[in-house]
Amino acid sequence: MTFINYASREINCKIVYYGPGLCGKTTNLQYIYDSTAPQAKGKLISLATEADRTLFFDFMPLELGTVRGFKTRFHLYTVPGQVFYEASRKLILKGVDGVVFVADSQEERMDANIESLYNLEENLRAYGYELMKLPYVLQLNKRDLPNVIGSQDLTHELQRKGEPVIEAVASTGAGVFDTLKAVAKQVLTELRKS
Amino acid sequence: MTNSSIVLRESRYHHIKAMLARLRLDSSARLVVLVDKDGQQIAVHGELGNLDTTSLASLAAGNVAATGGMAKLIGENEFPTLSHEGEKESIHISVIGRVLLLVVFDDRSSLGLVKLRSKQISHELAKTFTEIEEESASGAGGPLPFNGITDEEIDSLFSPA
Repeated sequence: MTFINYASREINCKIVYYGPGLCGKTTNLQYIYDSTAPQAKGKLISLATEADRTLFFDFMPLELGTVRGFKTRFHLYTVPGQVFYEASRKLILKGVDGVVFVADSQEERMDANIESLYNLEENLRAYGYELMKLPYVLQLNKRDLPNVIGSQDLTHELQRKGEPVIEAVASTGAGVFDTLKAVAKQVLTELRKS
Repeated sequence: MTNSSIVLRESRYHHIKAMLARLRLDSSARLVVLVDKDGQQIAVHGELGNLDTTSLASLAAGNVAATGGMAKLIGENEFPTLSHEGEKESIHISVIGRVLLLVVFDDRSSLGLVKLRSKQISHELAKTFTEIEEESASGAGGPLPFNGITDEEIDSLFSPA
């Protein structure tokens, strides 16, 4: 749900990083946080377990710049990927403007990717949203690992609607900003129609 | 977009700020924050200091969402108020339709007073937000700033300055 405030001249949008456990959602946010100038970002909030697994969500506000006199602010969230955190994962999707699905490219995580993607579509539907109508990007993460599935095969399995597919290594930052840019552009393009 | 945007026009914003100022005074609170249930901060009034109200807003929304989830598990629709009492500072949250009213207070006030004053203002806030939602949905107030935005304008956000 985009929030437009004429008094503070701000447009706020919500982007959610979704995907199976340990696919690199938090790593995406951490890289964005580490690489962004202090004046463009707020704090990175991580509600994590003692073992650094996301318990509820990670959150960081990011200011991209000004268009037509309005500051564009993106609120970036991750969901907990582990299957048993289903209830809290669903809560984070409420009011989402754009989704990034972070897929783990490793062969042994293919089933987890498919299950998580199915779970995303189901949870979106519960709020009355349709993945097919939502700004959406597929990120193929961990491309640096030896046991990865070819990107064409992964795309064939996971791409839903011709969305942008971006190869990434979130730990080094490769593809991280390309992913963010791809989803943010779609969100802003949607605003044009409003 | 998932559903229509919420558009807060300046006159509405100033009306909301005035309501928050009144609540802060009446409840002797340190700070009053109005937050959308999705975690967006709408307005704030009071002693800000170095407080990160953006993070506060997102955590409050997460807090309400989590307790709302628990409420449903036990057969309740939601918990309309939440209170967190600390040694020096406390937070009271009221769920008012699609917005959350956060009052941060210390020993200059009390939970009872904050609860009472929050409840007294909740009807007016709910009414204002219903009107804002109706205005946003109907497009009253003219076209939005991003209406007809060009690809070049969008691209300019991603180009190095």
